Parts: sequence; structure tokens; C-alpha cells
Amino acid sequence: MPTTQEIPTASPIGRGTPRIDGPLKVSGAAHYASDFHFPELLYAVPVEATIANGKIRQLDTAAAEKMPGVRAIFHRKNIGKIFRSSAGKGNEGICIERRPAFEDDVVRYYGQYVALAVADTFESAKAAADAVVVTYAKEKPNVEFKLTADHDPDTVETSYGPEKRVQSERGDAAAAFASAPVKLDQTYVTPAETHVPIELQGTTAMWDGDHLTVYEESQAIFNLRSVLAQMFGLPYENVRVITKFVGSGFGSKLWPWTHCPLAVAAARQLGKPVKLVLGRKMTFQAAGHRAHTQQRLRLGATPEGKLVSLQQDYVYERSMLEEYHENCGEATSFHYSVPNLRVHFGRARRNIGTPSDMRGPGAVPGLYATESAMNELADQLKLDLVQFRILNEPKIDEGEGIPFSSRHYVECLQLGAEKFGWSKRNPDVGSMKRDGLTLGWGVAGAAWIATRDDAAANVELRDDGSVRVACGVQDIGTGTYTVLALLTADKTGVPVEKVEVVLGDTMLPHGPVSGGSWATASVVPAVFAAADNAMTALLNAATTTPGSPFENRKQDDLAFKGGRVFVKADGPGGGVPFADLLKRADLRLVTGSGRSEGIFGSKAKPKFSMHSYGCHFAEVTWQPEIARLRVSRVVTVIDGGRIINPLAGRNQIEGAVVMGIGMALLEHTTYDPQNGAPINSNLADYIVAVNADVPKLEVHFLDYPDLELNAIGARGIGEIGLAGIAAAITAATNHATGVRVRELPIRIEDLLKSSVLA
Amino acid sequence: MKIFELTRADDPRQAIAAAAKANTAQQGADIRFIAGGTNLVDYMKLNVETPRQLVDVNHLPFDKIEALPDGGLSIGAVVRNSDLAYHPIVRKNYAVLSEALLSGASPQLRNMATTAGNLLQRTRCMYFRDTAMPCNKREPGSGCAAITGVNRGLAILGTSEHCIASNPSDMNVALAALEATIHISGPKGERSVTIGDFHLLPGNTPNRETVLEPGDLITHVTLPPPSPGNRSLYLKLRDRASFEFALASAAVVITADGGKITRARVALGGVGTKPWRSMEAEGELTGQSATQAVFQKAAEAALRDAKPQSQNGFKVELAKRCLVHALKLVTQTA
Ligand SMILES: Cc1cc2nc3c(=O)[nH]c(=O)nc-3n(C[C@H](O)[C@H](O)[C@H](O)COP(=O)(O)OP(=O)(O)OC[C@H]3O[C@@H](n4cnc5c(N)ncnc54)[C@H](O)[C@@H]3O)c2cc1C
Ligand code: SF4
Repeated sequence: MPTTQEIPTASPIGRGTPRIDGPLKVSGAAHYASDFHFPELLYAVPVEATIANGKIRQLDTAAAEKMPGVRAIFHRKNIGKIFRSSAGKGNEGICIERRPAFEDDVVRYYGQYVALAVADTFESAKAAADAVVVTYAKEKPNVEFKLTADHDPDTVETSYGPEKRVQSERGDAAAAFASAPVKLDQTYVTPAETHVPIELQGTTAMWDGDHLTVYEESQAIFNLRSVLAQMFGLPYENVRVITKFVGSGFGSKLWPWTHCPLAVAAARQLGKPVKLVLGRKMTFQAAGHRAHTQQRLRLGATPEGKLVSLQQDYVYERSMLEEYHENCGEATSFHYSVPNLRVHFGRARRNIGTPSDMRGPGAVPGLYATESAMNELADQLKLDLVQFRILNEPKIDEGEGIPFSSRHYVECLQLGAEKFGWSKRNPDVGSMKRDGLTLGWGVAGAAWIATRDDAAANVELRDDGSVRVACGVQDIGTGTYTVLALLTADKTGVPVEKVEVVLGDTMLPHGPVSGGSWATASVVPAVFAAADNAMTALLNAATTTPGSPFENRKQDDLAFKGGRVFVKADGPGGGVPFADLLKRADLRLVTGSGRSEGIFGSKAKPKFSMHSYGCHFAEVTWQPEIARLRVSRVVTVIDGGRIINPLAGRNQIEGAVVMGIGMALLEHTTYDPQNGAPINSNLADYIVAVNADVPKLEVHFLDYPDLELNAIGARGIGEIGLAGIAAAITAATNHATGVRVRELPIRIEDLLKSSVLA
Repeated sequence: MKIFELTRADDPRQAIAAAAKANTAQQGADIRFIAGGTNLVDYMKLNVETPRQLVDVNHLPFDKIEALPDGGLSIGAVVRNSDLAYHPIVRKNYAVLSEALLSGASPQLRNMATTAGNLLQRTRCMYFRDTAMPCNKREPGSGCAAITGVNRGLAILGTSEHCIASNPSDMNVALAALEATIHISGPKGERSVTIGDFHLLPGNTPNRETVLEPGDLITHVTLPPPSPGNRSLYLKLRDRASFEFALASAAVVITADGGKITRARVALGGVGTKPWRSMEAEGELTGQSATQAVFQKAAEAALRDAKPQSQNGFKVELAKRCLVHALKLVTQTA
């Protein structure tokens, strides 16, 4: 009998697999949201407010309307009804900026959309948008950099539900601090940072009667569907969202921004498809950013280095209307053992665009502060930075009082120290040299939540020996297509090349959000269940089809492995390829569906504390003659559960470290003190790390499966790599220069104060 | 971007005649030459430049780099920055120019950018780029948002109370140290201007950046013969390692004889409202031994008149270190 499949020698999981969508991407055949074209497509360009606080007094559209190719200039009076939306359970209906554009005439941040020009071409629309004359009643915006918490109740509403401002508390942190023999009291500041994914945000909207289709580069298509259904008063099933590829998001494409419903409303008003792609500047103004934070850390310890008290009081900026919560205390309550702890936050309203999730939200600025404080306290105690951490390793999650599912933080530190050569570190500032440069070595730890979102998937086994897996999850450039292929190949035993993966469409089974590093962990149980069900359907056919080699066998006697069906008792040697069985039964395909409940946001108290862990060892070189500091080496160790695809996994961590170099040394969104504009709103002035800034990066995975999370123990690893790296670099900088930078980024201005002069 | 007409000039007279009708050759020009377009088109997209007519000069016969009989070099106005940087004569005789060019922008941009375009590239002041902001350079009399706002990257030398915009070019700094001459062909004939006289200080009229008048076409730039035995170098300091404008830079051309500096040319970038030749530093160096102390004195002299703003005070020290280090490197015996 001809065989249509080969038996793979081993599971592809854990093997470095190049992205299956790579050829599409490098040949330009991968269609991103704004690559779709439709007959009669119109183009929309928003008009941005040029004040950050005040009111629209008059909007003169007369000249713009008369320009060639212009179809309409929309504003509050003619855009038609756009409702508000409200959050449901889990990741449904989340919208960080709830106020629909044009809802009122108040301008609360610079670049807020005040009108929308729609024309036959992008160029005409842009020219028309520029020709709209807006007069404002202008007031002084509040973009004050120093943050003082607003008066807030003890429990506040946030975009993700109510939060207690005393986030975590045990013992008596204040008293323990007061009587601690060794103390540290410092404030750490992180600036606003902007995501700047290469692919700009944008929407293409199309109506067919009361059915709406939206092409959007979304990290959460089902959430967008639910938001749009609400905003346009449509039955949920009438809204379809398609996102085939995303050119990175870093969180900026998780939740809908105000341009999206604007494009939808314009398409509705004009009865034609409308495309709206933001300009780079707009993405700095009205498409989210990491909130600027200010965190006071008070740590107390015994002279031997045992922590006795930890207090984190942080304040972050929020926009005038919205309640995005930058959870800097995310990792504080469990990361180290300390009997007395208090984590508390406040918020300060500013005339700024609404902050939102950015890669490792909360934990990344939070860990920068807590890990910096740990480094400073270790120096004060004259303890080795690694040893000090190991000394304070907790046995359980002391915040929740529950065990860890799988925590190997100490092993991360030990392996990292070994790979980096940490034992050769001379702790004296400016004491280490190489090639005429002064070296600085620093370290910091990392943690990031491991959880699962709801997910559903469908698997089809087909008579040509191929398998199709479908799930409404998004591939945001991280390799989700490949992950699904690997999972399906693993379960069915079909080679990866024979797996077709379909993602990014709300017509498909409900997928998880591609955020929080949850996508991978979430799809595992759903895909496995779907594959199991498809295989059961296949066995059903095998045992009931007349003339089948397995006719009248009990299903329990059979096994499906390596793409073949065989009698368990006979062993896998013989067996029949599943495609042959399908053909014999005259079936094109059999299908199976699977779903799994998420655990994120569940009210039930978890049994285990689930997180990824890691650490970074960073080396900087310091050249005082020209005040030049460069990161010259980074060794990162990640305890991120079982790594499904080490190739893509390494790529995620390396990318995060590159972003971390930017966070430590370069990135900051600056608001103009006079008019409140994010003034460096382009890629020449918003400086991110370029290739020349990136040294040799070494990444090690511990690869311990976290089986409490899912059957193969895989967590997500998109964010963990950015946690801690800035603190490792500031520690290395201090080691080289003697300059302690507590406000990111580290600037030449800071370094010029160094007394390490050669 | 406003709608504009694009015409292609096939000979210089045609280009000059077309541009002579312009209202000005400065900010607000309604007719502009376009070369690589890497600066002009940027500003047109932002409506900072709104010409109604562009005259394409890329096809004019100014694309050659030629050795001059006196040992100098002639560089055509539309020679691409990359071709110039890698030209063997430039690398051999004018290393500072090659290094300055290669420290700027990215390979893709350098493949487009031209000699004349680079000479005329405009400031990166963030307020200048945004038509919603007050800016005396863009809109005379509207005020300077940078003096009271974000000015970290802007100038500390040659500023006025009306404008503190820095000249962003790296090439210009090298040309200043090399004492280049700009050759112009205009409605009234041909003339040449030294690099030092070509760019204007902002004073009361920051909208006027150069001596160019309507119809003035840059045809080429000449460099004097290299002074025998000289060594030259460009050092650029910035936040990240590449693809960023200078916070401070130094172009140095030094001739030394037995440890004694016999001739020095020094120019600074990133700190001046124009490419900043420092005769003060040159004076401190000439006739002195190449020592750290002398370099330090030269740096002090170069920055003596610096006027820091709220955020860019660090540039004084940074520029000093930059110059001292450049001098140290260039005088090191290999
Ligand atoms: C992202 C980015 C980064 C950059 N980084 C750097 C950097 O690090 N360092 C640096 O030095 N530069 C940098 N640049 C600037 C770059 O060097 C300039 O854009 C380039 O040199 C301009 O040359 P062009 O031929 O494209 O000029 P164009 O844009 O074509 O023209 C510029 C001006 O010159 C005028 N002009 C052109 N030719 C003539 C002529 N023959 N006679 C009279 N007038 C003429 C035009 O009318 C226009 O006003 C950067 C640019 C970009 C976009
Ligand atoms: S420094 Fe010059 S260019 Fe910048 S805002 Fe002031 S006037 Fe305009």
C-alpha cells in the first residue's frame, strides 16, 4: 500500500523551526491589514488637534470640502452615531480610550482627532485634512513631568476593573523599615515610551448592509469585534475582523484606538470601503504609550542582607478621561522573600494621549525600579548582587500564600553568572578595564505572569494526508503560525510542512489575545483537544467503514500516532496512514473542535503562582574621554517553561533585550512643556537602538515545563526578556562610571558627572 | 504636501532662469531646486516647505569629482554623498570629509543625498518641523518655541535670541575645516563664496540661512590642495551608535612637525548655528606641542563664547571632550 505520510522520528516541539510564514514575508506575499485593496476604496486622514487642552471653537471645512477628489469632511455633527463600549468578562470589550472620537468639542490631548477628511486618494485626503481650519479656545495643558498623586479613593476603577490602591500588604512595612539596620530610600523614574512598531496602525472598513468587515492589524480580533459591535449597535455576528499579519504591536495594537471606529463610521456614511492608516506622528499622539512612572522604593535589610521590609509607592500618569492602570507592582509581592511589604499606587492626570499596555506593562517599569533598588541595597551592604538575590529567594509566593508552579530563578542567576563569568567581577567602581575601556558589570532579575486566555481551535485531517488547524488568534510577528503548526504536528504526527495554519479571522474559532505573552500557552490545550477530537472522528470512521482494515475493532484498541492508525497490541510498526482510511471511507476530511477556558481574570483563588523568571547580566564599556557608554555584552537566562520553538524563542528574547538597551539608554517620549505635544514624534527624534547599538547577545533557556499551565508546560516569552534589562544596564553603568542613574534613559548629561576619567 | 509642478533642467541656464523667478531662495521659496530630495521632500510632506515648482537638477553636468591642476579637488553639486565619501582622492587627501560623510545618515540616504543638498540641509529643530508651533525661522516673528522648550539638541554657539537652531550637517563641518569654496552660478553670473561666508548666523533673520539669492545654483565645491603632511579626522558624538545627528562633533586637520603643530584647522558640529570653524582653537594649537594641555586650551578657547540653553549645557563639556579627543587621535603617531 502506498504511504502518503512519513513517520516523523520525534516531536518537532523543542526543535528550532524556521517560521513557516517566512517565505510569504520575504517575498511580499504576506498581506498586512493595510495591504488589502477594494474597488471604490476611499482614503481617510484625520485632522489632529494642535492644542492639548481646550475647546474647539470653530471648525471651518469649506475650503477642504471643495478640494479635488474630496468626498467628505467628517466631524462631530456629521459622523453619525458612535456608541460607547463597555468591558465584559476577560478580554471582551476592552477599549482603553472609551470616548469615541468627536464625542464632544473638548480637546484633552495634543493630536486628538477633531475631524476626518475622506477622498479618492490618500494624497487628496491628506491635503484636505491640512486645509481644515480649526480655531480653539486654548488653555494651558498640564504635562508637568513630576508626578504627584491625585486624590483618589482607596479603590479605583481602571480599564481592567477595580483595583485597590494598596495592592499588596503583609506585616508592618513602615515599622520594619523604621527599625531596619540598613535602609534604602530612592525614587526611580521611567519616562513615557512609545511602541513604534514598524507597521503603522490602521483600519480598512467595509459595510455590506448591516454587516461590517474590518481589516485591522489587531493583537485581539475578538475583542475588537465586541467593541465594534457595541460602538455601532450591531449583532456580534455581523462584525468580522481580519488580521492576517501584524508588523509588530508591542501592545499598541491590543486594544482599539479612536481612529478605528472613525474609519468604520466614515465607511458607513459614504457607503464605500474606507482605509485609514495613521502617520507616524499620530501613533505618538493617539495610539497609546507606556505611561511615565515615578516609583519610591524603601527597602530595609539586616546587615547580613536579609530583607526585612519592602515598600513600593508608585505614581503613574494617565490621560484626562481614561483609567489605564500601569501595574508597576506586578512582580513586587512575590519576587523576593520579605516579611513586611506594602505596594501602593497613585495616579496623576495629564493632558496626554491615553497610555496603554506596552511590552511587559507594569512589570517592566516596576522591575526596573525594584531591581535597581536591590542592586543599590546590595552595594550598600557590600554584598554580591547575585548572592544578595539568592539570599532572599522565597519558598512560596508570599504575596498570595501559595506555592509556585515552577520557579527556577536561583538557577537562572547561577547559570547566568557562570556563562557571563561573573565571579571575575571586582565590585570597585571603575576598576575593571579592557582594551583601554572601563568595564561595568551589572545584573537584574525578571519575572512575568504566566496565564491562559480562553481559546478555541479546529483541526481537520484531510484525505491528502495534510492537516489544517484554524484558530482566531493573531500572529503579531512572534511566530504563532509556526507554533500552531508545531503543536498540530506534534499531536497528529504529521510533518510540519503538511500542516496548514489559518489564523487571524473572527470567522474562525475564538482565539486568545496576542498579548501578555499568553497566546502560546492559551492555544496549547485548545489545539490539543481539537486534534484529539479529529483523531477520534478518524478512528470512528476507521472502525465503522466497511472494508476498513480496522472494521469492527474497538476504538480503544487502536492508536493514532505518527499520522498512522494501528492496533495498539501490534505496536506502531505496521498501521495505516490516516489518509488511506479517509479515502476508503470516501471522506474528504474529518474535523475536531477544541476549546479551553482561560484562567486569567478568574475569581477563583489560584492553586499555584505561575510566572516566568529570568535574569540579565550586562556589560557596558565606558570611554570617559568622549563620555561614550555602550552595552558590550548581555547574557540572558530565561525560565519560561517548555520552549516550543527555540529559534523563535531566542528571537523574542533577543528582540526584547534590544528594546531594553533602548529603554536604558535612549528611549523617551518628550512632551513639549508649552503646548503638550509629544514633540519627538518621529523615528529620527525618538531614538531606538539600531544594529550598531546591539552587542553579542547570549540567550539560555532552562526549559522546565510548567505543567500546571498546560499539557506541554509552555509559557509565553514575548515580554519577559524586557523585564529587568534596564536595571542590569544601570547597575553596569554605575559599576563603570560611579554614576547612579535613577531616571531613565541614562544620558550623556548624567555620564559627564562621572569621576572615572580613564 | 501642497501640489507642485516638477520640471527637469537639462542645462544650468535653464535651471537658473526658472529659479530666478522665485520670491526668495530662503524659507518660503516658491521655486526650489530638487536634488536627492532627502531633505526637501521631508519638509514638503510636513508643509514646512511649500514650493509650487520644483526644478530637478539631478541631470545637470555637475556629477564629477575632478582633481584640479593646483592639487585641489572639484566636487560637482550633484555628486552623491556615498560617491564622494568613497572617492580615492577624498580618502587619501581629505580623510576628514570621507569620515564626516560616512558618519551621517544611512547608506540609503547617502546614495541619494548630494553635495549641494547636504550643504543646504536645514535644521532638525523639532519646532521648525511642526507648522503648528511658533518658530522664527519658519515664520518670522512667531517666536522661538525651542528657547523655552525642548532644546537639548540645539546650538550653543552663534545663537541669537530669535533662534538657536543647529546646523545638522556633518559634511559641512569637514568642509569648514578644509576651507572649501562654494561655486555659484546665478542670474548675474558666476561667483564663489568661502564656506565660512556661505551660511549666515541667525541674528534677527533666522529665516535667512545662506547668501543664496533667487536663481542661484550651486555648481560645485572646491577644496584647496591638502597641506603637505597633514592628517585629518572627524569625530562624532551622539546618543546612539549610528544613524543619528551629532550632539557634538569635531573636524580637525593638523600638520605637525616633530611633535609641534605647524598648522591647525578646527571646526565643530552639532553645537553651532552654522558649521563652526574655530580660529580661536586653531590659534591655541598653532606653534604648540601636541599635548593634552594644549588640546584642552584649544577646546576651552573654542567653547569660550558658548551660550547654553536650559537643556543643552552639557554640550559645552561634550564638545570640549570631543575636540580634545579628536586632536589626540589625529596627532597620535601611528
Ligand atoms: C533620516 C535622516 C537622517 C539623516 N542623518 C544625517 C546625519 O547624521 N548627518 C548629516 O549630515 N545629514 C543627515 N541627514 C541629512 C542628509 O544628509 C540630507 O538630507 C542630504 O544631504 C540632503 O541632500 P539632497 O541632495 O537629498 O538635498 P535635497 O533635499 O534635494 O535639497 C536640499 C536643499 O538643497 C537645495 N539644493 C539642492 N541642490 C541645489 C543646487 N545645486 N543649488 C542650489 N540649491 C540646491 C534644495 O532646493 C533644497 O532646498 C539625514 C537625513 C535623513 C532623512
Ligand atoms: S530654534 Fe530656530 S528653528 Fe527652532 S524653534 Fe527656535 S526659531 Fe525655530
